[in-house]
Formats: sequence, structure tokens, C-alpha cells
Amino acid sequence: MAEAHDVLHEPAWLRRTLIALAVLAMLALVAMPLGMVLAAAFAKGPGVWLAALREPDALSALRLTLFTAAIVIPVNAIFGLFAAWALARFEFRGKQLLLALIDLPFAVSPVVAGLCLVLLFGAQGWFAELLQRHEVKILFARPGIVLATLFVTFPFVVRELLPLMQQQGADEELAARSLGAGAWTMFRRVTLPNIKWGLLYGVLLCSARAMGEFGAVSVVSGHIRGLTNTLPLHIEILYNEFDGTAAFAAASLLAGLALVTLVLKFWLEARHGDAIAQSHRRH
Amino acid sequence: MSIARRHRRPLPGFGISLGLGTAWLGVVVLLPLAALALRAVGLGTDGWLRAIGDSRVQAALELSFGAALLAAFIAALVGALVAWVVVRYRFPGRRLLDALVDLPFALPTAVAGIALTAIYAPNGSVGRLFAEHDIKIAYATPGIVIALVFIGLPFAVRTLQPVLETLGREQEEAAASLGASRFTTLRRVIVPELLPALLTGFSLAFARGLGEYGSVIFIAGNLPFKTEIAPLLITIRLEEYDYDGAVAIAALLLVASFACLLAINAIPALLSHGKRSDG
Repeated sequence: MAEAHDVLHEPAWLRRTLIALAVLAMLALVAMPLGMVLAAAFAKGPGVWLAALREPDALSALRLTLFTAAIVIPVNAIFGLFAAWALARFEFRGKQLLLALIDLPFAVSPVVAGLCLVLLFGAQGWFAELLQRHEVKILFARPGIVLATLFVTFPFVVRELLPLMQQQGADEELAARSLGAGAWTMFRRVTLPNIKWGLLYGVLLCSARAMGEFGAVSVVSGHIRGLTNTLPLHIEILYNEFDGTAAFAAASLLAGLALVTLVLKFWLEARHGDAIAQSHRRH
Repeated sequence: MSIARRHRRPLPGFGISLGLGTAWLGVVVLLPLAALALRAVGLGTDGWLRAIGDSRVQAALELSFGAALLAAFIAALVGALVAWVVVRYRFPGRRLLDALVDLPFALPTAVAGIALTAIYAPNGSVGRLFAEHDIKIAYATPGIVIALVFIGLPFAVRTLQPVLETLGREQEEAAASLGASRFTTLRRVIVPELLPALLTGFSLAFARGLGEYGSVIFIAGNLPFKTEIAPLLITIRLEEYDYDGAVAIAALLLVASFACLLAINAIPALLSHGKRSDG
């Protein structure tokens, strides 16, 4: 028995080498860029960092990013809830197709997503005449940025909720119904408490991506300073103007958001391991 | 069929949730994609071939596909190592290492892009060491591959992890008790079990890498014919108001993404076909 046990394990030296290699790879590939952002942002002291963030252009970029997120997150969360409910609790024809289509934005290049919106709303686009007649501007304006962000963050909440709801099954909801609960009562008292941590995590992933989206927004924004620049686009401009400190200062805000996402996930997995979906394979 | 089902499961809201979900999908995702698809069909085969045949487009496509393939391969290898270590071994900092895997999901691509460039540029902390030996990382192909490995790594780790966790020790024990060495067990028992997840992780990393824009354009250098990736060329064509040129490249990338999605969904079925009779 002891012999068989030994054969099942790698020798200690190999184990240690593999651990060292994995840690080294993660440090070099993943931890170092994060450290770099924070180090470069504060290289000239917190005063310079704060000054870079209080520039009018930086503030307006931050405002636009928050404005976009404030629309995109609730919309994707609410519609995501509905879609997850339909997919997790009912069988219907075309369900597999719907599942595959929901994953599409993960596979489509953000630049291609932006191009699609140009083809819809641009000067030669499908809706060009209609928009012109009503003097509505979508491209190179806020609505385009919101639509591009909606596209790329579309699957996050559904994809987080769906496996969780499937795992939990419908027993508790059925019990609530058989005890006479109405739809809203069932949702508020049974469904929502069961999925709240998964929903929170999905919303957080959606927020991080919504505030950090670059490619799709870059195509539709028009890069008008003070008007249609989001925080990531502002970072690009500063970086291309060789203002590294200011670029990294703005980047540190988004890196901070990413860190909050990770810390919350770490905490959720430790405390409510069964309250968020077990497999996170596509983000 | 569906009505009978609903009678047996008296849960509310099927109609409204499916309706709203589908409408939302249609407006936000399918309508824009349909605009691209129709425009691409409108190009016709000749127009499409002419746009794709351009030598600058060819160079960009070769670079994008080549770098994404190489990066997905590296991400799968490194990802397998990290997943193995995190699942199988216990050591201080293991949970932290596990949490770190998700960072590329959460860190905005533009932020990752400028950070990687600052590290690997000729005057950067790592780039300097290579610059001494006249090796260029940033503003050259290696930099592009590094950025794509960064983006693809979590896909590889997160697809392998659940499979490794559920991989029973019984088969390994059986192999060992039949006298197989650890290496033989690895080769004949563990790797075949992991293969579908490895291929899925590889495809996901490849699909993501092919379309990646934000993290690459800072580190790439963006020289036409040399370090210009296909998504960047789409934006350049758009700025030149060459919509057909942009659509032709985008259509090719879109078809490649569809192929990846199909492959990902087909991989488990293809590999398990005939292997397991007991299901």
C-alpha cells in the first residue's frame, strides 16, 4: 500500500521544481505587469498621481466611463437574469442555439464589434438616413460607446448565473410555488437569496470589463477629447504623448478595480464556496 | 411538448424571460453582426479575395494567426503546469497563485498593454537584459506573443482545473499497481484524460488572441508588413473610409471565431467517441 502510494506521487525534488516553475511563470507573466502599473503610477509620489487624475480631460474621461458603466451594468444584469431564468429552468426548442449565441461576444474581436456598429450607424450605415432625419448622433457620441460596451459585456452575468442556477435546481422555487407564493415573492424570497453572490460576482466582472473596454469603444468613440474619451482611451492618448506617469496614474484606477474584483472573488470562494458557480471557464 | 413540460414544472415567467432574453440578444449582438455579415456577402467572392489578397493584409493575417497559434500553445503548456501545481500540490501561497490566474480577465487590456510594454521595452526592467544581446521583445513579434500569452493563460488554466480536480486517483492507482512508472501513468492515463480540456483551453486562447487589440497595439510597434496585427489593420482601413477593406478582414476573423466556437463545442464529443461505452 505504502509502495503504491509512493508511485502515485512525484519525487519531492520534481514537485518542488514544478511549484517553483509555476510560481515563477505567474510572477513574470501576470504579477509583474500589475506591479509595474502601481510602481509607475506612484513613481513621482502621490501628489503627482493625484494631480494627473484631477486634469480636466482625465476627469471627463472618468465621468464618461462611469456614465457608460451606470447604463451597461444594470441593463446587462437585468436582461441577464431573465435569460438565465429561461435557460436554467425551462426546456425549449433552440435552447442549444441560444446558448451558443450568448457566447458569441466572447469570441468576436472587440474591433469587429466596433466595426459592426459603424456599419449600422455610420454615414453609409443601415440607419444613416433615419438618424440624420431625427438629428440623432450615435457614432462618435455617447450612445455608440454604450452600445459597444453592451456588446462586449453581454455574456458576463448570464454566464455566471446559468451554471449556478442549474447546480441549485428548481426544488426550492417549486416548493415556494406549491405553498402559494406569487412569481415576485418567489423571486425575492427564494431565487434572489440563492443567486445573490453569483449575481454580485457577475456584475463585478461586467463592471471591470465595462470600464476597461478598449478595442470596441476605440472604433466608435471618435476620440474627441473631453467629450468621447473613456478612461482607457485617455490612457492611450497620454501614453502616446509620452506622459507615462499620467498614463499609469489613470491605469492604476482601472487596475484597482481589477484588484477589487479578484479580492472579492477570493473572499466569495473562501466564504461562500457553493454560492458562486463552480466552473469559470469563459470570461 | 413544451406546454406539457410547463404543466409539470409550474414555474412562472417562461414567456417573458425567454422573450426579453432573446430580444436583448437580438438588438445588442445579432443585429450588429448581421450588418457585418450582409455587407461581407455583398462584397462577393471576387471583392473579398481582392481585399484579402493585398500584400499588407496578407502580412497582417499571417502575423495574427501565427502569433495567436504560438501564444495559445504556450498558454496551454504554462496553463497545464499552473493548473497541475494548484490542484495537486499543497504549498504556502497556493490560493494566492490560484487567485492571480484571473487577473488577465479583470485587468483592462489597455492597462496590460502599457504595463507589458514598459517591462519589455529596450529600456524596461526585463527588455534591458535582452537589449544587451540585441534581442528585441517589445516592438517586435516576441512582444506580441507575450501579450497574447498573458491574455490566453487564464482560459487554459480554468478549463484544465475542474478536469484535474475530478480526475479520479483510481485509474492512476490501477496503472501504478500494474507496474506502470509515474511517467508511463502520466503519458497513458493522465494526458489522455486531460486532452479535451487542453484542446478547449487552446482554442479559447487562440480565439481570444486572434481578435485581441488593446494589449497588443502598445507592445507591437505597428509597422506595416512587420508588426501590424489584423484587428489594427481593420481600424486603419476604417479611418481611410475603406469600409470594404475593413469588412473583408473582419469577416475572415469572424469566420475564424465561429470555427473556434464550433471546435470547442465539438471537441469533447469527438474525443470521447468510442472511448467510453459506459458513458
